[in-house]
Amino acid sequence: MQDRELILSIRDLDISFQTTAGSVHAIRGVDLDLYRGETVAIVGESGSGKSVSMKAVMGILDKNSTINSGRILFTYQEHGAAKTVDILQLDRKTIRHTINGRHIAMVFQDPMTSLDPTMTVGKQIMEGMVLHDRLGKQEAWKRAVSLLTMVGISDPEKRMKNYPHQLSGGMRQRVVIAIALACDPEVLICDEPTTALDVTIQAKILELIKRIQNEMKLSVIYITHDLGVVAKVADYVNVMYAGNIVERGQIDEVFYDPRHPYTWGLLSAMPDLDTNDERLYAIPGSPPNLMHEKKGDAFAPRNIYALNIDDRLMPPMFKITETHAAATWLLHENAPAVQMPEELRARIERMKEEAAK
Amino acid sequence: MSQALLKVENLKQYFRINSHFTVKAVDGVSFEIYPGETFGLVGESGSGKSTIGRSVIRLYQPTQGKITFDGQDVSAQMDKGTEKHLRTGMQMIFQDPMACLNPRKKVSDIIAQGLDIHHLYSSQKERNDKISEILEQVGLAPEHATRYPHQFSGGQRQRVGIARALIMRPKLIIADECISALDVSIQAQVVNLMKDIQQRTGCAYLFIAHDLSMVKYISNRIGVLHLGHLVETGTKDEIFRNPIHPYTQSLLSAIPHPNPIVEKTRKAMSYDYREYGVDYNLGTEHHVEGTHRVLATDDEYERWTHQK
Repeated sequence: MQDRELILSIRDLDISFQTTAGSVHAIRGVDLDLYRGETVAIVGESGSGKSVSMKAVMGILDKNSTINSGRILFTYQEHGAAKTVDILQLDRKTIRHTINGRHIAMVFQDPMTSLDPTMTVGKQIMEGMVLHDRLGKQEAWKRAVSLLTMVGISDPEKRMKNYPHQLSGGMRQRVVIAIALACDPEVLICDEPTTALDVTIQAKILELIKRIQNEMKLSVIYITHDLGVVAKVADYVNVMYAGNIVERGQIDEVFYDPRHPYTWGLLSAMPDLDTNDERLYAIPGSPPNLMHEKKGDAFAPRNIYALNIDDRLMPPMFKITETHAAATWLLHENAPAVQMPEELRARIERMKEEAAK
Repeated sequence: MSQALLKVENLKQYFRINSHFTVKAVDGVSFEIYPGETFGLVGESGSGKSTIGRSVIRLYQPTQGKITFDGQDVSAQMDKGTEKHLRTGMQMIFQDPMACLNPRKKVSDIIAQGLDIHHLYSSQKERNDKISEILEQVGLAPEHATRYPHQFSGGQRQRVGIARALIMRPKLIIADECISALDVSIQAQVVNLMKDIQQRTGCAYLFIAHDLSMVKYISNRIGVLHLGHLVETGTKDEIFRNPIHPYTQSLLSAIPHPNPIVEKTRKAMSYDYREYGVDYNLGTEHHVEGTHRVLATDDEYERWTHQK
């Protein structure tokens, strides 16, 4: 992987929201890189800020948000030349006209609410092409039909005239993907694309996105809380907690050699099919309320391995390998040697054995 | 084997939409639940798993079939004694912990509503003692009793829902997707709590979910439901080691494993009811081994077992 082409680079992103109950500091310094043709996953619980950071990339943050600091550098091809912009410096209208849909497209969680119930499926797919690419109606129709074929919808000509309520959940999500792909974007952001769907359909949609990614050389960002989904699709993983990225790395590094106690907790809280232990490991407590600023490491109150320093200073990212880093004081050279929980170690051993087969 | 706590025989639940169209949500389902065990019901959305739960606890009037709970028939018109027996002995935990708690009631009143209705205390003190005891059992503090639901987090609210079910000392709890609205780290807490409660009180669970890995973790026996038919039942080992029905196989293959190297190359099996040419109405129950049963015609059964 020598000449990877950097497409999107988020640096030190910091966002807060003004609410009636006070200011909520939702994103506290997020760094993220996305290279062409690769898949990055962001994992975290609800409220950890994974959706908000991606909404910032799309320029669709809510009105009560304030961006305190940060840069989002996006490189795209325009008229054959590469162009780099800082999305946070652009105004809403420019983002809407030049970036959204054309270069960065998004697939949302619930396919019923992200489609317009009063428009036919075909019209919704063609909308972007007519607006962005200035295609004629017939040309747009043809392309919409070929898109529907590509996302695996049988009898596409007939489906073009259907309304969203006439389609099943899996079909609707396929239509949403077709809309996202309509203007040939470079980056696809999938915000929990399969959470509202059944497992059998989830597997099909994930395989579909993967196939399309290979065909169109897309870069994909997945937002999810399901580690199984991450394992299936991602090349790189970012684990988020309380507005921070606490661990990042290549997928194999994070799954087979996790270093942050929160990642340990997430991995062991998921029952894999070989678990025969009587009790599941559960992270104690619940996610913090971001309304109250907390000094030091936000995860410390739920962390049985927390050190004294966690209450005073926020841990920086400690580099483990070139690509793998985690924000925990346990990796500091003066920290006591703490190993991951025994059950998790045994499970990872089991996973490695299975993988070696 | 001891006597079944709940016995469902050939349960049918139809919903008549208009004179031309009737939805057959549940179409001839039979299963048993024994005291102290957990029976997991899995299937995709629309397969009728929640409907079964609701018919069993008589939120619906079953169209046909017989439901026996603790020796008494609860499927037909019930007399007062039987109704009381059902309403106190069987309780339900719902999916969305925000929607299932009355926002205008204090937690103490929500929890004690069953006691109030059935007059199960003799003094105010006894009522309060019962509330504090149950709150402690589910990992909340007695002072939480005077708060309102909105003052709790999602996981805590689900604990209130469990406390409400538990205070009646039920023999059977129907848990309808009770963890799917919670965060991953909270899910594990709630599942552990449910297991602890089962060990302490010996109640049985009907655990309805679509997440197979959780179902496997908590259940003793599993029933796989598709389009209103119970296509396969058995202990969790029987189902996971030797799935016979193609739908069960596709369901098992679709679960993503948190193991990147394996997961990247694995392809999920697809199963289309129509393409396979299976008609569930023609199938009869075939006994595989132990408690493992499959719904199939003789011909299909022969084919599916020989593919192995």
